[in-house]
Amino acid sequence: MTATPILELRGIDKSFGPVQVLRHVDFTANAGEVTALVGDNGAGKSTLVKCVGGIYPIDSGEYLFDGKPVTVHSPRDASALGVEIVYQDLALCENLDIVQNMFLGRERTRGIILDEPTMEQMAGETLDRLSVRTVKSIRQLVASLSGGQRQTVAIAKAVLWNSRVVVLDEPTAALGVAQTAQVLELVRQLADNGLAVVLISHNMNDVFAVADQIACLYLGRMAAQVKATDVTYSQVVELITAGRSGDLGLPTAAVAAAGNGNGSHDGGVTDLGDMNGAH
Amino acid sequence: MTALQTPPGRTEVPGAANGSLGDHARQYLGRIRGGDMGSLPALLGLIVLCIVFGIMRPVFFSEINFANLFTQGSQVVLIAMGLVFVLLLGEIDLSAGFASGVCGAIMAILLTNDHWAWYLAIPAAILTGVIIGVVLGVLVAKVGIPSFVVTLAAFLAFQGLVLLLLTGGKNISISDPFTVGIEKDNLPPWLGWTLLVVCVLGYAGVQLNRARSRANRGLATDPLSLIAIKVGALAVVGAIGVYFLNAERAINPAFHSLKGVPNVVPLIVVLLLIGTFVLSRTTFGRHIYAVGGSKEAARRAGINVDRIRISAFVICSGMAAFGGIVAVSRADSVDPNTGGSNILLYAVGAAVIGGTSLFGGKGRVIDAVLGGAVVAVIDNGMGLMGYSAGTKYIVTGVVLLLAAGVDALSRRRAAASGLR
Repeated sequence: MTATPILELRGIDKSFGPVQVLRHVDFTANAGEVTALVGDNGAGKSTLVKCVGGIYPIDSGEYLFDGKPVTVHSPRDASALGVEIVYQDLALCENLDIVQNMFLGRERTRGIILDEPTMEQMAGETLDRLSVRTVKSIRQLVASLSGGQRQTVAIAKAVLWNSRVVVLDEPTAALGVAQTAQVLELVRQLADNGLAVVLISHNMNDVFAVADQIACLYLGRMAAQVKATDVTYSQVVELITAGRSGDLGLPTAAVAAAGNGNGSHDGGVTDLGDMNGAH
Repeated sequence: MTALQTPPGRTEVPGAANGSLGDHARQYLGRIRGGDMGSLPALLGLIVLCIVFGIMRPVFFSEINFANLFTQGSQVVLIAMGLVFVLLLGEIDLSAGFASGVCGAIMAILLTNDHWAWYLAIPAAILTGVIIGVVLGVLVAKVGIPSFVVTLAAFLAFQGLVLLLLTGGKNISISDPFTVGIEKDNLPPWLGWTLLVVCVLGYAGVQLNRARSRANRGLATDPLSLIAIKVGALAVVGAIGVYFLNAERAINPAFHSLKGVPNVVPLIVVLLLIGTFVLSRTTFGRHIYAVGGSKEAARRAGINVDRIRISAFVICSGMAAFGGIVAVSRADSVDPNTGGSNILLYAVGAAVIGGTSLFGGKGRVIDAVLGGAVVAVIDNGMGLMGYSAGTKYIVTGVVLLLAAGVDALSRRRAAASGLR
């Protein structure tokens, strides 16, 4: 896609005190595409996402939305732009039903009375648009839902508000095989509906199953953002663990610098052996 | 590039099948088996207790005793109705009993010592309750002290405050006819019937209107037969109650006729309707449940969690003020033990027996009324049987423990069956 990306980050820096977590990170997310954000533990994925979501302010760099520079100081700013983040813990209220959760904090009212029929209808339509067939009744309590169904509700909650960018933080981490497949199908569906989807995952199978683009963070730097079809499984693993693979990724000098600068606090380098062994 | 266009021609909502009466009954049974019993234990307990006491002491079913149940139980019920809001957040207010004592004392002092009119003294008492609630709520929500500790401290402090207000524990009597009349006077019989008819028609209207507006949008609705059963049950129970309360219950009617629904009943009904409306039909109520279910989820949804928690304590102490007013009205006076001794534990017991969870997130205002009725019946019935106060305390304590046990076990069961 050659159109302007919905979300574009240029040269993002972010430090917490003396620790620089993000160094000059570039990142783009296009409409209609799933962009996977991968990287080892401590690579800066969560920090980057929280910068996108307005939870952390960025130190320097540009945040472009629809090609226009914007400032995002709070989660509210991000929501106003149409950026929604589904965190790993989902943050659903188990004692409320699906509709109540989807509208939590943004209830529709008529006067001071909750407009239940409208909310129920909108929630039903959203689930339908996402081709969700897994929930029996949208008046079920979330407590009675499986992990995959909860993930579905959390995602539906995020897209209910005509959002443009949806960031999913490890949506399949806690799910079984069948439920993972359901959620990945939903992720694909979101992109097909025209949203820009950012998928954080440690699971390379999931990444290759749905991603159009793969962005790989290595110790706070963007090692590479490439088309999923242009790289192989092992190349991505190399990018994650070593920051470079062949002519892809960070220049050797930068890898060394990143290692010296950040390696001490997050143990990222020492984990390399395990990571390779696991795959 | 506008996100998510609705595909044309979709009307059906998942799960929007109109269930028949049988489906609803099956669903209800399924919920109960799954551990979500709501007020059912309280209702069954109430019926069993009434039958037992009625057989053992026929005087239990006399008109005078029936009316007594309402006036005796009203303070506990009113405090419990406020406690439901705090319990819904998973917090507790141990000071509500003595808060009601403080508010009652303020009202009595203003009425008797300062000769204020009732229409100033009663709002002053309620305002006192609101201020107490703000202080407790800020200490819990903003400072971050656990509610158990804050209200335990307040329990002691308010006990002392009542003593100070009553300068060394003297009784203050009140003689204001309106204030005394809250507990002592009754509605004229015709007004009792009229209010019942209004309530039943209003309930039927709300239910039918809701069903119609949902049906118009193609959403699932309760079948008409279910609505008819609910409305019919309300009408029958209400009619039996009003009929007995309207019967002559004076020992010597020629001297002083005594009949009609006690004034405190419409007071409780109105507060019950307001509380139920707030909890189930407003954004504020929804947010109370949300904070009780998951504070973090509520915070991320943009809900001002601190504000919700403070308001719950304000409502609780405000309702405690109503309880205090009723208690003072019933005794014609206030003493250092108004709102003390067993009142608070009876109120917590009432809410929990009625089906409100101590773990937060589950409960309704009606729970407090049903549970309060159970507590009042135990207290009254055992008194009639001639048991001492000691036995009554023990039995009520056991019932509270039983209710909390049912709450805890049903949570476990619900977790196993995936309901909660």
